[in-house]
Amino acid sequence: METNTEKQEYTITVYTENQVGLLNRIAIIFSRRKINVESLNTSPSEIAGIHRFTIVVMESHDVVLKVVRQIEKQVEVLKAYFNTNDEIVWQELALYKVLSEEITEKVKVERLLREYGARAVAIRKDFIVFETTGHREETNKLMKALEPFGLVEFVRSARVAIIKESSGFHEKLKDFEKKQPSEEVIENEYLGKREAVFTM
Amino acid sequence: MATKKLTGSQAVLEACIAEGAETIFGYPGGAIMPIYDALYDYNDQLTHILVRHEQGGIHAGQGYARTSGKVGVVFATSGPGATNLVTGLADAMIDSTPLVCITGQVFAHLLGTDAFQETDIINITMPVTKWNYQVTDATEIPGILAKAFYLARSGRPGPVLIDITKNAQIQSFDYEGYTPCNHIRSYRPKPVIRKNFIDEAVELINNAQKPLVIFGQGVILGKAEKEFKKFIEKSGMPAAWTILGLSALPTDHPQNVGMLGMHGNYGPNVLTNECDVLIAVGMRFDDRVTGRLDKYAKQAKVIHLDIDPSEIDKNVKAHVGVWGDCKETLPLLTLGIQQKDRSEWLKVFADYTQKEYDQCIKEEIYPSTEEMTMGEVIRIVNETTKGNAVVVTDVGQHQMVACRYAKFNQTRSNVTSGGLGTMGFALPAAIGAKFGALDRTVIAVIGDGGIQMTIQELGTIMQTGVDVKIMILNNQFLGMVRQWQQLFNDKRYSFVDIQSPDYVMVAKAYGIEGSKVVHRKDLQTAIQTMLAHKGSYLLEVMVGKENNVFPMVPQGCSVSEIRLK
Repeated sequence: METNTEKQEYTITVYTENQVGLLNRIAIIFSRRKINVESLNTSPSEIAGIHRFTIVVMESHDVVLKVVRQIEKQVEVLKAYFNTNDEIVWQELALYKVLSEEITEKVKVERLLREYGARAVAIRKDFIVFETTGHREETNKLMKALEPFGLVEFVRSARVAIIKESSGFHEKLKDFEKKQPSEEVIENEYLGKREAVFTM
Repeated sequence: MATKKLTGSQAVLEACIAEGAETIFGYPGGAIMPIYDALYDYNDQLTHILVRHEQGGIHAGQGYARTSGKVGVVFATSGPGATNLVTGLADAMIDSTPLVCITGQVFAHLLGTDAFQETDIINITMPVTKWNYQVTDATEIPGILAKAFYLARSGRPGPVLIDITKNAQIQSFDYEGYTPCNHIRSYRPKPVIRKNFIDEAVELINNAQKPLVIFGQGVILGKAEKEFKKFIEKSGMPAAWTILGLSALPTDHPQNVGMLGMHGNYGPNVLTNECDVLIAVGMRFDDRVTGRLDKYAKQAKVIHLDIDPSEIDKNVKAHVGVWGDCKETLPLLTLGIQQKDRSEWLKVFADYTQKEYDQCIKEEIYPSTEEMTMGEVIRIVNETTKGNAVVVTDVGQHQMVACRYAKFNQTRSNVTSGGLGTMGFALPAAIGAKFGALDRTVIAVIGDGGIQMTIQELGTIMQTGVDVKIMILNNQFLGMVRQWQQLFNDKRYSFVDIQSPDYVMVAKAYGIEGSKVVHRKDLQTAIQTMLAHKGSYLLEVMVGKENNVFPMVPQGCSVSEIRLK
């Protein structure tokens, strides 16, 4: 049995019903254990009425395992997984607002755009908004580059992630839609592979 | 089916009837008035017990659920009525007690305006409910109540709170009848049983030389007492219980080796650290059971049977986690395990029992001191009831003594606040326990601290005429805290010296018969009088002020470091 107590980044993926208050039910599972949520994204999934949460925490395997089981125990949670960074593909989106006069006079806009893979999403007389997607380090780089040139505002989205090894939950979600009896839920076939994608 | 017009309030009551929840514990108030108005016309189908405080109402609901095996139903109004339920919800959550609590709420258009008696009870109770939901439209009521009852009793049971705004209670709608719920797509009441884990567990048990079974309330909640008995009998394994598992196996069963944990028996605690296979059935390795975790059963292979997957590996790593309803998993194990004679292993337990009896139990139940002990009171109760009564206990020394020494012949006879340790639980819980088992004798054993926390429920007893025997074991101290202060804080008795009113006079004021025993010579007769009395009776027994509960596993120690004195 794995007794991993070393902290690292874990990405927790949760499929839920779309229900008022569920965000709080999930949040208190973390706050009760004094676990800080590094990033939280919630949005509708590919199936109508089902939401997908992506939560990033810095914790040990043992703690994350227990937390994920508590999440999955919630009545309106369909499924919860957790993965390390090498098991997922993930992106964050960042927006940067800079003053037009600074950026046009002091920095070559094209160089910035090319070097950091950024796009200009709004160009106004007084300000320009750039957008990049990538990992935290990458979006940070552009922020650092723009700082000397009067970065007015910066915002970063939460992480969204796709699990590499998973055959996808899409088919399962469709099964849920068909209202199959709960006995047929799939979780057990992954039981022998605790360390793989599924939590239980 | 033809539809008819019903109000939301009527739909709530129709749901209670359809679910067989004919006894309701509650307290009216502004925001739940429409439901109480509807209740006025349902008196022939529903029994409503008017309690004296909402906390009393929910504890009564818990007592009812525990003895009857049904879902307890509690009504309370918004604001303070609802917040007074919180302790009971937390208690029911940690002890897996099925409850449906209905709270009134201000009109939907007033939500969030700090209206009179408005409180955000949904968010307040989120961590202490299995599920909760706010209804703002009457048409939701039949479906939501069906879901509430289903969630409360299925899988690992727990409390559900449904908050209904006043407009939804008043609103009329086309009622299409009540359909019970038996499936929610995102909810799995029990995990699928995996055959390979059954096989692995069977193999471990068959190869074990010194297996020990430890069981909790899961056996009772799963209604698997018979299956459990067959399981342990087939291979002759000793079985020890947690405080909530108590009464699932008769006390005098030859393989019942006693109680686990901090004030449990000597043998099962010490031998937890000597067994080679530890089989945990429907229990959650609470810290009061395990003591110091890094020295808990490290030598043993652990098999853990639980309906709640999040319990497996939570506190103690299981070598084999047998997920599932133990009513289904236990027979599968029984089928596979070999018949074995383990009398030598059981003899080891017997030797420990003898040692504990000589050094600890004997003096507790047959004291040589002039002062009476809690243990001798329980012994005399046993001798009088022959182990047939329901014993409801509060929290503290008397609880540990009662659970250690009370004898039980049948299941659902022990009602106590285990996980939360809620003082004040016993008196209201005993009222509910009696309504849940009207043909049985219900004895509430309470300390002089706990009784004063919910003593107002004597009013409920007065008004309903319910027959509850109240036994106050008065040591003139908050005894358990005093014991710890004596043992660990150099006898610095900080605020444990609690005074009592004249309980017999208080009882008399409520029209309840009572008496007080100060001398041993009167004890047996007094207990017999109490039990023979028709109707409720309060008996106060003055016991030794500074008696301690032993054995004891001191906090931070391993179970094998249990102290006999």
